[in-house]
Amino acid sequence: MPKVKFDVLESACVPLPLENVDTDQIIPARFLSATSREGFGDNLFRDWRYTKTGEKNENFVLNNPVFGGKVLVAGKNFGSGSSREHAVWAIFDYGFRAVISSFFADIFMNNALNNGLLPIVISDDLLKKLQVLIQKDPGTKVKIDLEKQTLTFLSTGDSVKFNINPYKKECLLKGLDDIDFLLSMKSQITSYENNKSLA
Amino acid sequence: MNPKTLFDKIWDSHVVRSIEDGPDVLYIDRHYIHEVTSPQAFNGLKERGIPVFRPDKTIATADHNIPTKDQHLQIRDELSRTQVERLSENCKKYDIELYGLNDPRNGIVHVIGPELGFTLPGMTIVCGDSHTSTHGAFGTIAFGIGTSEVEMVLATQCILQPKPKKMKITLEGKLHKGVTSKDIIMYIISEISASGATGYFVEYCGSAIRSLSMEGRMTICNMSIEMGARGGLIAPDEITFDYLKKLPSLKGINNFSNALEEWKKLTSDPDAVFDRVLTFNAEQIRPMITYGTNPGMGMAIDDSIPMSDVKDNKASSSFIKSLDYMGFKPGMKLLGHPVDYVFIGSCTNGRIEDFRAFAEVIKGRKKADSVTALIVPGSKKVEEQMASEGLTEVYRNAGFEVRQPGCSSCLAMNEDKIPQGKYAVSTSNRNFEGRQGPGARTLLASPLTAAAAAITGRITDPREFIKE
Repeated sequence: MPKVKFDVLESACVPLPLENVDTDQIIPARFLSATSREGFGDNLFRDWRYTKTGEKNENFVLNNPVFGGKVLVAGKNFGSGSSREHAVWAIFDYGFRAVISSFFADIFMNNALNNGLLPIVISDDLLKKLQVLIQKDPGTKVKIDLEKQTLTFLSTGDSVKFNINPYKKECLLKGLDDIDFLLSMKSQITSYENNKSLA
Repeated sequence: MNPKTLFDKIWDSHVVRSIEDGPDVLYIDRHYIHEVTSPQAFNGLKERGIPVFRPDKTIATADHNIPTKDQHLQIRDELSRTQVERLSENCKKYDIELYGLNDPRNGIVHVIGPELGFTLPGMTIVCGDSHTSTHGAFGTIAFGIGTSEVEMVLATQCILQPKPKKMKITLEGKLHKGVTSKDIIMYIISEISASGATGYFVEYCGSAIRSLSMEGRMTICNMSIEMGARGGLIAPDEITFDYLKKLPSLKGINNFSNALEEWKKLTSDPDAVFDRVLTFNAEQIRPMITYGTNPGMGMAIDDSIPMSDVKDNKASSSFIKSLDYMGFKPGMKLLGHPVDYVFIGSCTNGRIEDFRAFAEVIKGRKKADSVTALIVPGSKKVEEQMASEGLTEVYRNAGFEVRQPGCSSCLAMNEDKIPQGKYAVSTSNRNFEGRQGPGARTLLASPLTAAAAAITGRITDPREFIKE
């Protein structure tokens, strides 16, 4: 489990205004045979990025040089399907540090938080507004402040507060790891086990 | 005392500590692992120089990446072979029980767990696989986790989880002939959508659920994740206890009667409050099939594909893209559409009752020449039982070859891929773009519907083959 810090991020955005993007699209199953966490970025959205013959699909946003940045702006219900954490590794390894959507699948959200990839939930309307801004001006930048829990569209000044679990927020701000936390609780865990077996 | 749901009872009794404004530290009774989502977790333990905390509560299998033919030979694909070998090395190093490739009890993790007596009522169960929800059929809190969480559980036997909300789904009435538990869950998902239960843990209740066998209940709980639910459970009852009693052994249970007394307490209190309650009528359910690229895009087999996904409005771009991928049009009927592949297997429908149901349709008939069939038992035990019941013979006579167990075409990590553009009627659980192979077109269905398609070579209503 990685120890990753996140505090403030200012970046341009990559738009992917598709709904229901599932983890099989983010990282197809045939790329899950690795035994380490590295290199998954190469296969992010593989079957949308490349044609059947292996050439770059020019119509796919990741191959469009006009868009770039560390923030992925996705459609509703992002990350549904498999529990494969490899989907988050692929997004992170490619270079993204935050994903903005109006709805995330549960397992994906957990996996993202465990890897320092910040999932930000905003309303459908605001999401649409952001997508329009990016299409009009691909250089549109946003500022994410984790401490303040704010997402700001730098060109318009629109600012919105997003929710994040306070425990996870602290872990990300301090670069703390859940496993260190749980290991420090070993005696409590053993007491729980002893009480359960006596019951 | 406030009335509690079964979910609350199990969750609350497993909380080691509640973090203020944070998740709960939940103790895990059973941790299942497999070759694909564990290697990086074990790497993490190695880096920290710590052991697996409770190897006795951990069970391993190789299922996702293995071939379903010639399993006695070395795995040809180098990466797959490495992954499977790595699991064996890790289990040996950390002293974990492994039912690996060529073990007589090997199989898909969510098939072998219950059949080997490792899944018991009242447990908390996790695995690095989203269909872990399957085990909820025994009255457990069972859910899928990512590799970092696998590492957490290996290290401390605990996981940090925010407590989900509770949903009750009640199904009353009698199922019509030719309608199975697979059709039930596909119907529910089509009604509430692939994200309709996100944030919730579901309890399934009602006479139609109670009438299902354990295998039927496993199919239902298995696909809870496909409507976005964290998991789904069914309170144990006489059917559950009978199933458990008949198993050769139950791990960790020395006295069945004592265990039974505790299990009988596993019910939701009559006045327990759920965050959301839905009711469905089983009599309205017909055999189902999916037409799109998520499990929520399903309909009755004799219906027409909807004109739009938005009520009284223009179809969304995702809907159009989905139908385009499938080569279908809005308003189209699917009955009679040619089928290229049929797959029966997976943790959804890879158990003995599923193969019996398929056999009921194919017996005395022949597989259509135009169809390539993949018949994949969920485990070695299922494979053996098929042979001893004479089912393997029935399949052979009808022109079907029974393969060896594994996840196979469900996610096509191995060679069992559906080719580009081909239509596959599949008893698995996901019809995402490219799920069964790049460009593959998946139509999810029950074993009966899959069998009917395998015989006629076209999408066929299975009720035509069911004797009244």
